[in-house]
Amino acid sequence: MSFKLIESEIDKVIAAIKFGILSPDEIRKMSVTAVVSAETYDEDGMPISGSVMDPKLGVIEPGQVCPVCGNTLGTCPGHFGHIELALPVINVLFVRHIYDLLRATCRKCSRLKIPSEDMARYRVYLRKLKERYPLLALRFSEYIKRRAIKTTVCPHCGEKQPKIKLEKPTTFYEVSEDRREMVRLNPIVIRSRFERIPDEDLELIGYDPREARPEWMILTVLPVPPTTIRPSILLETGIRSEDDLTHKLVDIVRVNERLKEHISAGAPQIIIEDLWELLQYHVTTYFDNEVPGIPPGKHRSGRPLKTLAQRLKGKEGRFRGNLSGKRVDFSARTVISPDPYLSINEVGVPIEVAKILTVPERVTPWNIEELRRYVLNGPNKWPGANYVITPEGRRIDLRFVKDRKGVAESLAPGWIVERHLKDGDIVLFNRQPSLHRMSMMGHIVRVLPGRTFRLHLAVCPPYNADFDGDEMNLHVPQSEEARAEARLLLLVQEHILSPRYGGPIIGAIQDYISGAYILTSKATLLSREDVAELLAAAKYVGEIPEPAILSPKKFWTGKQVASMFLPKDFNFRGRSNLSAGHLRCDDEECFWDSYIVVKKGKLLMGVLDKKAIGSEQPESMFHWLVKEYGTDYARLFMDTLFRAFIRILEKRGFTMRLDDVSIPEEAREEILDIVREAFKKIAELIDQYQRGVLEPIPGRTVEETLEIRIMEVLAEARDTAGEVAARYLDLFNNAFVMARTGARGNILNLTQMAALLGQQSVRGERIWRGYSGRPLPHYESNDIGPLARGFVVNSFREGLAPTEMFFHAAGGREGLVDTAVRTSQSGYMQRRLINALLDLYVDYDNTVRAADRSIVQFVYGEDGVDPMKSSHGKAVNIERAIERVIGWRL
Amino acid sequence: MSGEEYLSQEEVLKIVDERLSGVLPLRIVQEVKDTVTKYRLTREELHKILDLIVEEYFENTVDPGEAVGAVAAQSIGEPSTQMTLRTFHYAGVRELNVTLGLPRLIELVDAKKTPSTPLMFVYLTDEYKRSREKAIEVARKIEMTLIENVAKGIDVDLLSNSIIVELDEVMLRDKGVTVEMVKKTLEKLRSKKAKVEISPENPNSIIITFEEPLDISKLEKLRERILKMKIKGVKGIKRVIIQHRGDEYVLICDGSNLPAVFKIPGVNYRRTRSNNIKETEEVLGIEAARALLIEEIMDVLEEQGLDVDIRHVMLVADMMTRTGTVKQIGRHGVSGEKGSVLAKAAFEITIKQLTDAAVRGEVDPLQGVAENVIVGKYIPVGTARVRLIYNPLEQLPRRTDGGK
Repeated sequence: MSFKLIESEIDKVIAAIKFGILSPDEIRKMSVTAVVSAETYDEDGMPISGSVMDPKLGVIEPGQVCPVCGNTLGTCPGHFGHIELALPVINVLFVRHIYDLLRATCRKCSRLKIPSEDMARYRVYLRKLKERYPLLALRFSEYIKRRAIKTTVCPHCGEKQPKIKLEKPTTFYEVSEDRREMVRLNPIVIRSRFERIPDEDLELIGYDPREARPEWMILTVLPVPPTTIRPSILLETGIRSEDDLTHKLVDIVRVNERLKEHISAGAPQIIIEDLWELLQYHVTTYFDNEVPGIPPGKHRSGRPLKTLAQRLKGKEGRFRGNLSGKRVDFSARTVISPDPYLSINEVGVPIEVAKILTVPERVTPWNIEELRRYVLNGPNKWPGANYVITPEGRRIDLRFVKDRKGVAESLAPGWIVERHLKDGDIVLFNRQPSLHRMSMMGHIVRVLPGRTFRLHLAVCPPYNADFDGDEMNLHVPQSEEARAEARLLLLVQEHILSPRYGGPIIGAIQDYISGAYILTSKATLLSREDVAELLAAAKYVGEIPEPAILSPKKFWTGKQVASMFLPKDFNFRGRSNLSAGHLRCDDEECFWDSYIVVKKGKLLMGVLDKKAIGSEQPESMFHWLVKEYGTDYARLFMDTLFRAFIRILEKRGFTMRLDDVSIPEEAREEILDIVREAFKKIAELIDQYQRGVLEPIPGRTVEETLEIRIMEVLAEARDTAGEVAARYLDLFNNAFVMARTGARGNILNLTQMAALLGQQSVRGERIWRGYSGRPLPHYESNDIGPLARGFVVNSFREGLAPTEMFFHAAGGREGLVDTAVRTSQSGYMQRRLINALLDLYVDYDNTVRAADRSIVQFVYGEDGVDPMKSSHGKAVNIERAIERVIGWRL
Repeated sequence: MSGEEYLSQEEVLKIVDERLSGVLPLRIVQEVKDTVTKYRLTREELHKILDLIVEEYFENTVDPGEAVGAVAAQSIGEPSTQMTLRTFHYAGVRELNVTLGLPRLIELVDAKKTPSTPLMFVYLTDEYKRSREKAIEVARKIEMTLIENVAKGIDVDLLSNSIIVELDEVMLRDKGVTVEMVKKTLEKLRSKKAKVEISPENPNSIIITFEEPLDISKLEKLRERILKMKIKGVKGIKRVIIQHRGDEYVLICDGSNLPAVFKIPGVNYRRTRSNNIKETEEVLGIEAARALLIEEIMDVLEEQGLDVDIRHVMLVADMMTRTGTVKQIGRHGVSGEKGSVLAKAAFEITIKQLTDAAVRGEVDPLQGVAENVIVGKYIPVGTARVRLIYNPLEQLPRRTDGGK
């Protein structure tokens, strides 16, 4: 069977879906058999006709031919049967409506308890509302219903209305006025009342009598669903195991038949009532097995049965599990690993995967030779093919073809070959959780040896991927339209700019940044050989400029190398990441080389680091390059210059070692002095507190004030200690370089490694929970000094004291718990946001509209600008336009 | 005229007006004027710049069909995974704890009736805003003061059948309450016939003498009632903090009650704002609620250091407010009022949606995204929205056999 993937090829489309209640007549009409037998199989194991497994109900075994439609397994859709209920029962799913209707209509004349004059008026209102404001019409109907329910004397016949009581789930009583007597309303009575409610009255309270007469909510005939939706499964032991629905249906039939017998035998009312009640129970649980107030129907093993409502409900239910999200073919999943030699647009696919995933390719005079080769190679040799489809639609499985040569020769235009995935194919690549559209992008296949999917490091941020065991999914689009869209819209390079904030989400990360810094640093001088090597790594083709230094030897600067990849008319000025603290520069004359100046495509000054080329850095040099020179150029830039960045790191070597975070003895002494000073201050504060002279911060208690003050002192101590440590660190120390350029880590991390950890906290407070008055038994009770409350004096390099280790663990645990709790909360929030907004689109008149074409915004975002194309939110960047024209800005 | 000479300010403005007004949104034209006049430009340069600006603007507009809703939802939802759960004390005001981060964001999209930490920024009129004394004067009128806030102790004297409220002099001064005011408040103690007088021995003590003998069993309740009596201030405002911002004093109130605060003289009701969306909607209207919603969501995101374009937030706010009342993002609001049965069933409360639809004989016209995913059709956004209206090739064969 071939699937029709293109909408225009599909013969019938669903235009709309109408909902309603099945009437007894309809149920009988669509039924192929009445179900009367509680036994399902005879001694020979053949299904009994007239049972819930009647063969007429559908084909569930291979080779079987449907006696009704003549189709076989997979093509026979199955057919409904029916059960004639001996006595009517209530459909639980509609109890709320039955209850409302019983209260809203008169017990004697069955009219809606609204005076005739009002009814006529309401009818006019309702009709008008329905045309213009369907939602208001709904509310109006609800109002009319409430009013009818409140009426205690029927305005039509003057009958006094008793209170109706619903005893959950399905029993109704009429309560007499003195509240003493309760008369049970059995389904027959309810049904007969409902039958007399006029259609016009029902319309007023929002019911559609054509599609849903209220008496149909009381079941007299029960449809038996086809066996295809409740197939029995054959266990390995040869024992047949029935579906939960089948079990429930058998229960219903059994009770129903018993009831019929008893009625015809004239059994006492009591017995009949009991059986009737039992029938009601089974029918109730058949519809919904989680109705409050009654025990759920159980399987023999004690597991609650999964009946109709349970099949639809919830995350794994029909709606969310099978209809909104579907399982797909042509997909693969495996571990990911990095490959800096791929393009950002590419994905490395293991040969073993490529041999399973296929692309249908139509045979043409231009590809016939190639496809013949694939067919000859067969399913086991890459690049081969797995299936061939003849113009008649016959599918040939190449695994079982002995004469592949013959098949290859019979190929002709019009045939389709399902060939292996090969280099240059487009696929979709995805990492869960798919939180934004960049979580699924189009990649171009590179079939590689190995067992993992390979990807370029710069695409890690949009996927939020790392390589500590992450797995990713891959999907192969099967139609020409899908492939075209994937190439034009989904390709990674089209997603360098994020629609979230109008800046690049893809850019340099980690080593790329370190490398860029090393390359463009003033200290880097490159010989001819060095330059050649870097340019070769970057696949540069073209002239090499004049060397910056001619004598004694020719030397090129790294900035010259970087400039070779910049467009010739590119101007840019901006601060780099280094430009902070005492290395800060605000202008061109920069001693620290931390102000970037690019004029006419030449990097004249400044080092390239995170602020210039990093990912998630809006208004950076890289951002303007992408915006002004297009995504093709941006891809090329990343596939060339970025490789030179990596290459220079490889040439020079770049590691972090223990020495990088070691500070001299005198520095340690200095830090300890700072800590001692802070401890003294705290002792003073505590003393003040104990003497009761501590001045509280307005609106806080003295205790709170003390805590706040102590925390302030400790935080300050940590910061100054960090500054001391930073002062002793070598400027070209690799760890420090990484922190300063923004490649990885920050100054705080270095402080914690070199100087001290500082205060550990849980819920923003110092750690105090644990034993009474103390978090750990190593301190005295009620010691509120820094050490007893989780201040860590040691650094990671020095090593933590045992007590400190426990405090650190407490703080670390909080972080883990926090993440776990947050993901579920934010996940649900995002689901709601998506669900509320997913129908919105921009129309051709630039308005934002909802699914029903109602207008939400007259101009999208008040200026009609796409955030992705904006420059960090600005519709147009005027300063940048000026800079581009005159080469500078204020 | 040579293009080498620098243009005068007037000439620049004239050229900008000629080229841009009517072409670009007014706000952008004004921005261009403000920026360009800071530079000395030649005619040629200016034209080049304006060319770039016009070109960029039209290049940057949204494409028809773009699923802006989904993008907005993702743009707010994705960074929310990076937010912290904790609440922080407010920047600059360490006296107040304010809910921030994910809990606050959820509160906002939930359109909760009252935020977990209601807050008001009360701005003052010109005559009050410059002086600290005048600001304190207003603050005292706003801050809700109960007997318990100024009482040092409350004693029951069964012998004389009276209750003695002893007041704390420091607190009285701090809250700007006189003993006389407390006395007046206590006189309102209805249902009990009692005499309220200032103690002859102690000017900071008030004696309430009851005519009927005190019921011991109800004493505790009575004590509670006395303590909770309001002396002055606005209901719900637990604390007022005076802050100097720029060149004026601003009152930051713990608690929110716009209608009551607006009535107090000295309050600039034009600038005063609350963080309570529902209250703002009731008092200032739906547009104010929308603006506040945008501001509050942006504030939460910015405080967490998350960069989200304001257009996404505006779309969420517009969706929440477009019916004229603030609607929650979720089944009791925006999602619950969708036209499609299938979309609602796929979101939450599946069974009820289906039975209600059946009873009403509803028709799902399959116009939205979720419904079309369910039935397996193309979703009506993006490239799939593009339809061929007239296909001449398709018409031809039909006409030939139309004669049959």
